[in-house]
Amino acid sequence: MTDLLLDVQGLETQFKTEEGIVHAVNGVSFGLKKGETLGLVGESGCGKTVTMLSVLRLIASPPGKITAGKAVFLGKDLLQMTPKEIRHVRGGQIAMVFQDPLTSLNPVLKIGLQMEEQLTLHLGMTRKQARLHSIELLEKVGIPNAKDRLPDYPHQFSGGMRQRVMIAMALSCDPKILIADEPTTALDVTIQAQIVELVKRLRNELGMTIIWITHDLGIIAGLAQRVIVMYAGYIIEEAPVKELYAHPEHPYTIGLLGSLPRVDEKERHRLYSIEGLPPVLYDIPQACPFAPRCKWALERCWKENPKLQPVSTDHRTACWVDTKTRESRS
Amino acid sequence: MSANNDILLHVENLVMHFPIYRGVIRRKVGAVHAVDGISFDVQRGETLGLVGESGCGKTTTGRTILQLFKPTSGHVYFNGTDLVGLKREEMRHFRREMQMIFQDPYASLNPRMTVGDIIGEPLVVHNVATRKEIQERVEQLLDLVKLSSSFTDRYPHEFSGGQRQRIGVARALALQPSFIICDEPISALDVSIQAQVINLLEELQEQFNLTYLFIAHDLSVVRHISDRVAVMYLGLIVELTSRNELYSHPLHPYTRALLSAVPIPDPVADAKRQRVILEGDVPSPVNPPSGCHFRTRCPIAEAICAEKTPDFRELKPGHFVACHFADRFG
Repeated sequence: MTDLLLDVQGLETQFKTEEGIVHAVNGVSFGLKKGETLGLVGESGCGKTVTMLSVLRLIASPPGKITAGKAVFLGKDLLQMTPKEIRHVRGGQIAMVFQDPLTSLNPVLKIGLQMEEQLTLHLGMTRKQARLHSIELLEKVGIPNAKDRLPDYPHQFSGGMRQRVMIAMALSCDPKILIADEPTTALDVTIQAQIVELVKRLRNELGMTIIWITHDLGIIAGLAQRVIVMYAGYIIEEAPVKELYAHPEHPYTIGLLGSLPRVDEKERHRLYSIEGLPPVLYDIPQACPFAPRCKWALERCWKENPKLQPVSTDHRTACWVDTKTRESRS
Repeated sequence: MSANNDILLHVENLVMHFPIYRGVIRRKVGAVHAVDGISFDVQRGETLGLVGESGCGKTTTGRTILQLFKPTSGHVYFNGTDLVGLKREEMRHFRREMQMIFQDPYASLNPRMTVGDIIGEPLVVHNVATRKEIQERVEQLLDLVKLSSSFTDRYPHEFSGGQRQRIGVARALALQPSFIICDEPISALDVSIQAQVINLLEELQEQFNLTYLFIAHDLSVVRHISDRVAVMYLGLIVELTSRNELYSHPLHPYTRALLSAVPIPDPVADAKRQRVILEGDVPSPVNPPSGCHFRTRCPIAEAICAEKTPDFRELKPGHFVACHFADRFG
């Protein structure tokens, strides 16, 4: 498979805490094709953010440690790169946008300066070129009067505008991959819609490859082409977007989709609720990590942790139960 | 005020302005128009959803109803009695009837109190039970919200967000109120936990014939739980009607935009929808636009919208809307 832009294999990340070692990411493998938008979905603590931070080697160590795996990007393993090489990749070829733009921007530096710094550093532009390019970028992400906003400080922008600035900065070095970590979670719905629309437009214009990390199955439905669902540090299901919403296979995905109230809901009905809480993994589980919350759990589920297996060509799930017959898969 | 027995809460022209003081002599230089004159009823046993984006005044509305803020003007009739201007002692009696569930289950529980003390505190404050009775009642309440009665001696930090929110619900129920204001009770919770709390609130409502004012920014959740929905924008209610009517025949351009901005967790349904993307941000409530507050972002605004504030009128039976051109969508 040569058309993979990013190929992650068997990634494992752990954190040392006072209570013991937390196994945050447990053997995650996935590929990212050029030009696609991949949704990485799961609840807080499922390892979705840690997975991507590990790939970019942004895990603070200690307490964190990447204990196994590969992440091949353009033929080179990101996890084996020297600090200098990985810095080059981070700023330029893979860019990341975070949830809270206010904490990602320096509050005491003007927006213009923060943007220009990146351009002079990574692309070797002169101050003047950088300034012109910054204006161009801000205009591209839909900031009105971009030229006049350069001397403004981050707090002078609204939440939506700040996120636009973050996206402009992420795009500044023409990245091959844009990783967006819950970029709209802190925003109001109408502003969220603006940002999603912006990302879709930029994706078409620039042919960007995107990994969108979120807990919101609603937003991912209209944005991604392929979706990966994570639970307790494992990928538990992976499918093309339409397939996943129409035929979810894993009981967790089924439960999650059933637990969402919908704005187009006609009849009132009780929501399906997944009882219990997601686990914190201090040990590598011998059983399926979802078994304690699963209403279909079989005897086998308590003994063996299922591996991700194909159910059709591009649909994979990690579950012993065939959700149609409620019996064990062979 | 209304003689209708079915109306539990009647809010009339409620205004809540927070003064802004500046300078050495703390001169009043303006006011935040948090709530700018709203009127609505809540019927006994129903759930009225109050929905809007951050800063629209929905939380202030809830708190002003409970007289946690002294309203600038207007009336709040509860069971026929105007709460505005009541003395502290007189208000105390009504506080037993009206309780609140807060958004942040981490900030709303005192970390130094045990769960038993937290849930029992309303009973102590109102001096309605002996120590032994309180203990029994606390266990009963824990059972009601599906927590183990053995939790009484534990502290909030030992619980997850969802469990904490259940503790908050138990505390609100302690005095057997008839009316509960739920202020974004699930927005801080994980997706799979949200459904658990929504279902709990619905079950309790049926069991005790509770009346809810459900404040939220998430239209999907509001649609699910409410009988009627009021949409707020910049201190004003722009539309109020039954849930199905609002979602199938929205009349106000803001409601229409808001509804179309909500993502649907279904890629097929999502792709079919027409999107209205609003431009810009919500203006500052210190200086709301003249006339209709929404006109600066409204796709159909005309000259009259800047001159004249639209009346909050009943365009169809039970369907109230504040827009000069609402008939267009009728």
